[in-house]
Amino acid sequence: MDLLLLLLLPLLGAAFLAGAGASRRAPEINALFSFGTFAAACALIVHVIRHGDLLLGEQQFFIDPFNVFLVGLTAFVGLTTALFSRPYMRVELAHGRLTPGRLRLYHSMYQLFMFTMLLALTTNNMGLLWVAMEGATLSTVLLVTLYRTPGSLEAGWKYFILCGVGIAQALFGTILLYVAAEKVLGAQGVTALLWTHLDAVKGRLEPKVLALAFVFMLVGYGTKVGLVPLHSWLPDAHAEGPTPISAVLSGLLLNVALYAVVRSKVLVEGSLHSRLPSWLLMGFGLASVVVAALLLWRQRDIKRLFAYSSIEHMGLATFAFGMGGPIANFAALLHMTVHSLTKSSIFFSAGHATQKAGTQVMEHIRGLITLSPTVGWGLMLGSLAIVGVPPFGVFTSEFLILTTAMRVQPWATPILLAALAVAFSAIFSKVQPMVFGESSGRRLPHQPALLPVFVHLAIVLVLGLYIPPYLAHWYRAAAQLIGGR
Amino acid sequence: MLPWGQQLLDMCAALLLLLSFAMLSQRRIVTLVNLYAVQGAVLTAATLLLAWRTGERHLYLSAALTIVLKVTFLPWLLRRLLRRLDIYRDSEPRLNVTGTMLVGLLIVVFAFALAQPITRLASTSTRSAIGIAISVVLLAFLMMITRRKAVAQVVGFLSMENGVFFGAMSASYGMPMVVELGVALDVLIAVLVLGVFFFQIREQFDSLDLHHLESLKEHD
Repeated sequence: MDLLLLLLLPLLGAAFLAGAGASRRAPEINALFSFGTFAAACALIVHVIRHGDLLLGEQQFFIDPFNVFLVGLTAFVGLTTALFSRPYMRVELAHGRLTPGRLRLYHSMYQLFMFTMLLALTTNNMGLLWVAMEGATLSTVLLVTLYRTPGSLEAGWKYFILCGVGIAQALFGTILLYVAAEKVLGAQGVTALLWTHLDAVKGRLEPKVLALAFVFMLVGYGTKVGLVPLHSWLPDAHAEGPTPISAVLSGLLLNVALYAVVRSKVLVEGSLHSRLPSWLLMGFGLASVVVAALLLWRQRDIKRLFAYSSIEHMGLATFAFGMGGPIANFAALLHMTVHSLTKSSIFFSAGHATQKAGTQVMEHIRGLITLSPTVGWGLMLGSLAIVGVPPFGVFTSEFLILTTAMRVQPWATPILLAALAVAFSAIFSKVQPMVFGESSGRRLPHQPALLPVFVHLAIVLVLGLYIPPYLAHWYRAAAQLIGGR
Repeated sequence: MLPWGQQLLDMCAALLLLLSFAMLSQRRIVTLVNLYAVQGAVLTAATLLLAWRTGERHLYLSAALTIVLKVTFLPWLLRRLLRRLDIYRDSEPRLNVTGTMLVGLLIVVFAFALAQPITRLASTSTRSAIGIAISVVLLAFLMMITRRKAVAQVVGFLSMENGVFFGAMSASYGMPMVVELGVALDVLIAVLVLGVFFFQIREQFDSLDLHHLESLKEHD
């Protein structure tokens, strides 16, 4: 019931806003639907806490420790982003960057995007997972091109083609998985793509075919995670699209894509009895961390800067999943959570900062602290959190990842440490003058909606100091499930 | 089981590969769309044959889906787009035709090598065609890399999906119905989104040549 509501509400929202999305109250309606989705997610979580894992709808849907917290996180960030976009998009409309018609498209697609992500997270069917991931790309392509500038069209085209090709590879991987599974599970075809069934028989699946399937799925879904060298769509899409979309792309879509990769990895590793998937994940992860950290230095656009930082952090989580084992998996799950919250809060602040400065070029954004202290502090604290300053949660997860790396993959530790140091100095040296520099600008004419920023940062702070028992339990159980080593 | 059924299926597979090469070398965009429609038709024929031979009920449905979507609707939509946007020929591709063909040949060899473990595992009578399916996917990929016009890249994308579909058919007699429906829905939406997108690109640049879309690069 909760699950049905969780999936139906955003779908209804999309349909409703497709009609009424241009009205004056549309931003509120959008937020209202997001709130309903979040409430349904909460109800679902309470249900899971009371009664344990779920398997619903003829086994097509399931909730286990690995996806339950991601569902909560997705619904939560979906809600806060809707709240942020309420005043933000109004200002964009007032500045003439948008027409009411495009605002309708924006609201409708926003809800559709939420639906596809929640579907991807809750489905038990690897085929449906693929369908939902592709749906997530399609619903956001037109959002990236919302401003219709040459840059945004180019970004949208790149996003569509690269992710489209990537996702076609993932489909091929899924087919290979199905071929291997059919051998073991019988040819009824109905159960052969259900993750729970596959997980039960993973030891008997043909290893060679599964290895091939994993390579295809890793390349496919990895394109969406933004793993180097498949990342080139990511900074463009983040920089050229409207800021609320950058926030949900970075905070949610990347997580969901990584979730798909890890789900496949669990199956393949169980079949292969070798460390191939782990090494692949570690390799891609490490490459992403290093390349993104170096590219951070060259950025001039504030949203591109934080897009590269997303690549770096997703790389770190991928690396940790590659290492495997209870602690590294735990750390990776925590990292997904805190990165998502921190990064979306940064995009909220950065959105207000660029709206105020009228440009995304960092050299022209100066003295936020005098122009609007809340925006300035929001950006500063968010940046401190994302570079891993204690006591924020990102520090905890990075610390866990590094200490585990020291134990099991000592060769990687100096590389990771150096990359993190480079990223730290790059981000800090660019954010510091934006916040504290001299400014000649006037104060903001409109009230920024910064409640979401501080709520997110507060949660990240709390997670750095204390992880609630339920969450810790889920992390541990999911870490067990993901296994490795 | 009739002996010529198998041979007909093999012929369909060979035709698909041939069509992929034809698309790779074809410069006129309208012809490219027509070739895509023919590819869909061959795919339908193969699906029907297979459905009739194996008695798998759901293959009839997926054949119907293919004929409605990939033989009729999508080519019609693309042709309409081409007419409205006044596009006839692709500009000079990034690699000349001879070079592309040679790379294509290498790709086919590679694809058959890749298909070996899958062929050994699959128990379908069509498993020898898996290599062809992978070739079609990779050749479509090559086409997307070498073409400059947006529409040509899209046809490449769609042809890639045909290859994946054919792979699923020859390796396991198709995917579960719910997945196949979902995939078809995604393809349909993708083309509709692209239609909107083309008009946006056109409005902005007055051309659908992709070299306009190469300005977002890292600063030095």
